[in-house]
Amino acid sequence: MSNLKALAYGLRETVIDMIVEGKAGHIGGDMSVMEILTELYFCQMDVSPENQDDPDRDKFVMSKGHSVEAYYAVLAEKGFFHKEELVSTFSKFGSKFIGHPNNKLPGVEMNSGSLGHGLPVCIGMALAGKMDGRGYRVYTVMGDGELAEGSVWEGAMAASQYRLDNLCAVVDRNRLQISGGTEDVMGHDDLHERFGSFGWHVIDVADGNDIDELHAAFEEAKTVKGQPTVLIANTVKGKGSSVMEDKANWHHKVPSGEELAQIRKDLAEKKAELEKEGAHHG
Amino acid sequence: MAKIANKQVICEVLMEAARTDRDVVALCSDSRGSASFTPFADELPEQFVETGIAEQNLVSISAGLAKCGKKPYAASPACFLSTRSYEQCKIDVAYSDTNVKLIGISGGVSYGALGMSHHSAQDIAAMSAVPNMRVYLPSDRLQTELLTKALLEDEKPAYIRVGRNAVEDVYEEGKVPFEMDKATFVTQGSDVAVIACGEMVKPAADAAARLREEGIGVTVVDMYCIKPLDRAAIIKAASGAKAVVTVEEHAPYGGLGSMVSQVVGSECPKRIVNLSLPDAPVITGTSKEVFRHYGLDAEGIVKTIKGIL
Repeated sequence: MSNLKALAYGLRETVIDMIVEGKAGHIGGDMSVMEILTELYFCQMDVSPENQDDPDRDKFVMSKGHSVEAYYAVLAEKGFFHKEELVSTFSKFGSKFIGHPNNKLPGVEMNSGSLGHGLPVCIGMALAGKMDGRGYRVYTVMGDGELAEGSVWEGAMAASQYRLDNLCAVVDRNRLQISGGTEDVMGHDDLHERFGSFGWHVIDVADGNDIDELHAAFEEAKTVKGQPTVLIANTVKGKGSSVMEDKANWHHKVPSGEELAQIRKDLAEKKAELEKEGAHHG
Repeated sequence: MAKIANKQVICEVLMEAARTDRDVVALCSDSRGSASFTPFADELPEQFVETGIAEQNLVSISAGLAKCGKKPYAASPACFLSTRSYEQCKIDVAYSDTNVKLIGISGGVSYGALGMSHHSAQDIAAMSAVPNMRVYLPSDRLQTELLTKALLEDEKPAYIRVGRNAVEDVYEEGKVPFEMDKATFVTQGSDVAVIACGEMVKPAADAAARLREEGIGVTVVDMYCIKPLDRAAIIKAASGAKAVVTVEEHAPYGGLGSMVSQVVGSECPKRIVNLSLPDAPVITGTSKEVFRHYGLDAEGIVKTIKGIL
């Protein structure tokens, strides 16, 4: 488990490399979602380059598609493609690594980018699993700003109607979107109650950047019967460096100069600290 | 012979397939009655998904099912399916390349006096503009049956628009010339080529029959495959005629007329007249009254052709 904590910081370093090299990227959300993706791909889900055509593999849709850098970094780490190629060609002319998830790439199930699509698509995947009696689980990660899309709530109704206990949604609740705070733009502080009233099992993850807390929440979700589960993962946008943390203007930004040096330093130090802790815990 | 609506034919073909192929799934958005899909839902409830009045969800759920090996057919009024859930059709179906067949029922002005909210006069333009989306408007029940069977055999996205009411047969039972993605020549003549789709093929064929009695030869092409458009058929028909007329139950922009004009203009330039609905909410009335008003019936087509010659 401790290794995953350090891994999340190593993946953040890859994201920084991609964004600096590609001169574009939704950096803030990449940083907030990193532990969620790390826990999913390296602990929870049975997904790998070897089983990507296996109908029984677990399914994942990156609904907040703009955090594609984090997603690609994780998929590269899983061995779906080469990290060097990813970093050197991301977002560049003719690249297969487009600035939103594309399922021409191995490991990506569905194209996303426009918000509010992931949950409804996952309902179809979860329904198919139920129809065929397959044991796979279906996961999606949404942003909190994304929840203003009406299609999310169409999906919230259907998932509950069809009692999709093989479906687990995660809200990357970093409380910031491009225009500012989510509560100022289109508030939903009562998110727990909202999903609850739609018939969902709701788990609040106090620190959504804590691998241990996420792990416990995903494990709880697996025990829920007869209803879908949503994790409200309270994260920090720009997590990993004080340069970016909790700053709305880092929604989409390419760091440079002193800021970049400070970010790299912060990430490297945190990673080293977590590696050390991991070694201690053995 | 008993006439049945094209949408009912689709349901019958799908039910027959679904009885032996459990992956064939039908989805409706509180539209099972209007889509004639109630028999499917009743007989095969395990293969039927109701999404409620949520067309965006209808399409996205279909895409998720398809991604997991299902063969979903999403049936909803064409007006809502093609524009309310346009983005889901574009991203979750076409861009993600999922095997979803979108059945737009009660297309065009089928809903008559219900007004523009319920008319789909933009669906050909909207759907054809999306890469990897095929667009089909079958003309009669017999062609609809063969088209539906052909679509069951492939794994690519498609949008199929059919009307609400039963229409007269264009073809003879048991003798329907059908080749996937190839337009059908209904009649042959050397004066004018009429290229039509969907429910406009029958009045075009009727117009050709009337004009033949007056010594005017009309080729009628049933362009049920709007996309991929059968360019060779257009060139063949237009090359052998003095002028071309297109007829469609659609707005004047971005539909069959626009597409045929592109081909004629670049490959075999000659006079072309596009018959369509207007760029305006259509006049109140039944679809039959609306067609007559805008010259989209046999009489109107005859008049247009005589005006050209």
